[in-house]
Amino acid sequence: MSNKITAKTITDSEFFYGHKACAGCGGSLAVRIALKVLGEGAISVLPAGCMSAVGFNYPHLCFSNNSIISTFAGTASMLTGVEAGARAVGIKNFKAVGLAGDGGTADIGIQALSGAIDRNDDILYICYDNEAYMNTGIQKSGLTPFGAKTTTTPSGENIHGNLRPKKNLFEIVAAHDIPYAATASIGNLPDFINKIEKASKIKGTAYIHVVAPCPIGWGIPVNETIEIARKMMDCGLWYLAEYENGKFKLNKNPSDFSSIEDYLLAQGRFKHLEAADIEILALQRDTKWATIRKNWNNIQEEL
Amino acid sequence: MAKAFLSGNDAFAEGVRLARPQVISIYPITPQTTVVERISEMVEDSSLKSELIHVESEHSALSCAIGASAMGARTFTATSSQGLLYMAECLQYASGGRFPIVMMNANRSTALPWNIYGDQRDSLSQLDCGWIQVYVEDAQESLDMALQGYHIAENPLVSTPVMVNLDGFVLTHTYETVEIPSQTDADRFLPPFQTENKMSLDNPKNLAFSVGPDNNMEFKYIQHKAMLDSRRVIEETDAKFAEIFGRSYGGLTQGYRIDDADYILITLGSITGLCREVVDELRERGEKVGLLKLRFIRPFPSDDLVAALESAKAIGVLEKDISFGYEGTVYTNVNSVIAKNGLCLETYNFIAGLGGRDISRENITAIFRHLQTGGQHVNFIGLGVTIDE
Repeated sequence: MSNKITAKTITDSEFFYGHKACAGCGGSLAVRIALKVLGEGAISVLPAGCMSAVGFNYPHLCFSNNSIISTFAGTASMLTGVEAGARAVGIKNFKAVGLAGDGGTADIGIQALSGAIDRNDDILYICYDNEAYMNTGIQKSGLTPFGAKTTTTPSGENIHGNLRPKKNLFEIVAAHDIPYAATASIGNLPDFINKIEKASKIKGTAYIHVVAPCPIGWGIPVNETIEIARKMMDCGLWYLAEYENGKFKLNKNPSDFSSIEDYLLAQGRFKHLEAADIEILALQRDTKWATIRKNWNNIQEEL
Repeated sequence: MAKAFLSGNDAFAEGVRLARPQVISIYPITPQTTVVERISEMVEDSSLKSELIHVESEHSALSCAIGASAMGARTFTATSSQGLLYMAECLQYASGGRFPIVMMNANRSTALPWNIYGDQRDSLSQLDCGWIQVYVEDAQESLDMALQGYHIAENPLVSTPVMVNLDGFVLTHTYETVEIPSQTDADRFLPPFQTENKMSLDNPKNLAFSVGPDNNMEFKYIQHKAMLDSRRVIEETDAKFAEIFGRSYGGLTQGYRIDDADYILITLGSITGLCREVVDELRERGEKVGLLKLRFIRPFPSDDLVAALESAKAIGVLEKDISFGYEGTVYTNVNSVIAKNGLCLETYNFIAGLGGRDISRENITAIFRHLQTGGQHVNFIGLGVTIDE
């Protein structure tokens, strides 16, 4: 029997409301949707970062479900404590969910996240990835892509923005043999909603990595957040995938990619890129897709 | 009640068992390790029913305990030295959030140079982190303060975490005969943890939020007030403990032969026992000397100190600590009370035992001699040097 949550059936209740996120904020949409799917049993842990900065200013508190700010490094470890504590005091029908940005997850919080997955704690960790430390004013994180201009990776004549590729956190998490991990994007909300629902029913640790563009940091108009997230998938710089039962699965395997230039040059952070820089990104993309198509087990059936 | 031959760490673990914490996060560090080993065994043999969580660092140990406490669970963790410093961010988080966690700290020197032996620079460097800090003298007091720690921390007037400090190796690894209370008596002393400061599905809350300049000072004042109020709770806890178990530690401080003493030495932790013996020796020779054990340094026992020291001629502070560029931190604190209350006496500081250096009977006798004859104010014991401002 399936009563999946869809755009039509998703609750009208708001759990993250009245906050002061910027216009067009992708992260706040990801958090809003996640809490709508999880409902009032969600006990959310958010580290220092955009969402805690915009939603937790006493006496203006914006979560109608139980929510707590953790230390920057401590999303996953506090989640572990919340889950164990809730169980210890006899609470039932709850879900401990972490809602952390890319810096809080891939950089300063990766040790605690690794520990939680290693213990297989019964928690859901959602990383909303806007590809830099946006709350502090657009500084490079481990998930900032190659070439992106940030305030700590300026683009000049000698260096064209960030020099290193984006860490592959989805596969790092999967390498722990986690019960469930997925990538998602706010450019495909039905897919994101499905994955949250699926992850919430997993016994053990589940991880969702959702791309959530930041108009300010990416240099796009505030009404193009969803569109740029879609372009990122269409041009192959992001993919929708899952890791479950020890196997990777690609959810969408496009036959061709849209223009990578169109995606990049629509954003202020990539405006400075030259043809050679774009070529590097295209090559990284093609290498990655070749590996996925060669190694991930469901490709044959999908094709 | 049973008797057993236990190390300080073992005794503390027994106290934790009797306190029935619901969530325990553990990460090993010398010389704390045997506490978490004993607790793991207790969980294995079901003598302690608790969620035992193997975290991957001290930062996570305390972060996890905060999360569990925020759900209304009684929590425990333990650390030492580098681990205490690694979790420093979470120390202030726990106290600011008013989460009544109890943590054991095995006092150990801090790097560099690396050193695993006992001094008190680790916890004293965290004096301002908002935790109640108690220093215990022997294995029995270790066990007893594990129980009392929760009774103090969880009092709604206090709602502040408690750090119980045991001198590394000298206390954590030294075996003594210890009385282990019955679970029935322990339960009579320590009721289950109840708090309003928690998240629940019936009454959802947003916790650990931001507070800007308009209200922040109010939060900090309330936190400070709770710490001051804890002094009364500490004394009430000691009295209740004495009533049930027949052992009293005197509350914030414990004096020894101070009533008519002209020269009083102030100590923290395990060195107190030897100092007490030296006091007895000198008393036999007719010297009017006494001892004041500082059990709690936060909250600071100002009134106790004034009452104990006001008729003394000179006092000394013996501490395993140095605040580089000044003097021992305990000495600074004691001098502040003396100055504020206009006490007329000489004060001296004896820095000793850093990195586990032995403090001998002769050292302590010489310290009393120094109090009687006068001399430099800040003295490094065993180095033959003094440093005065």
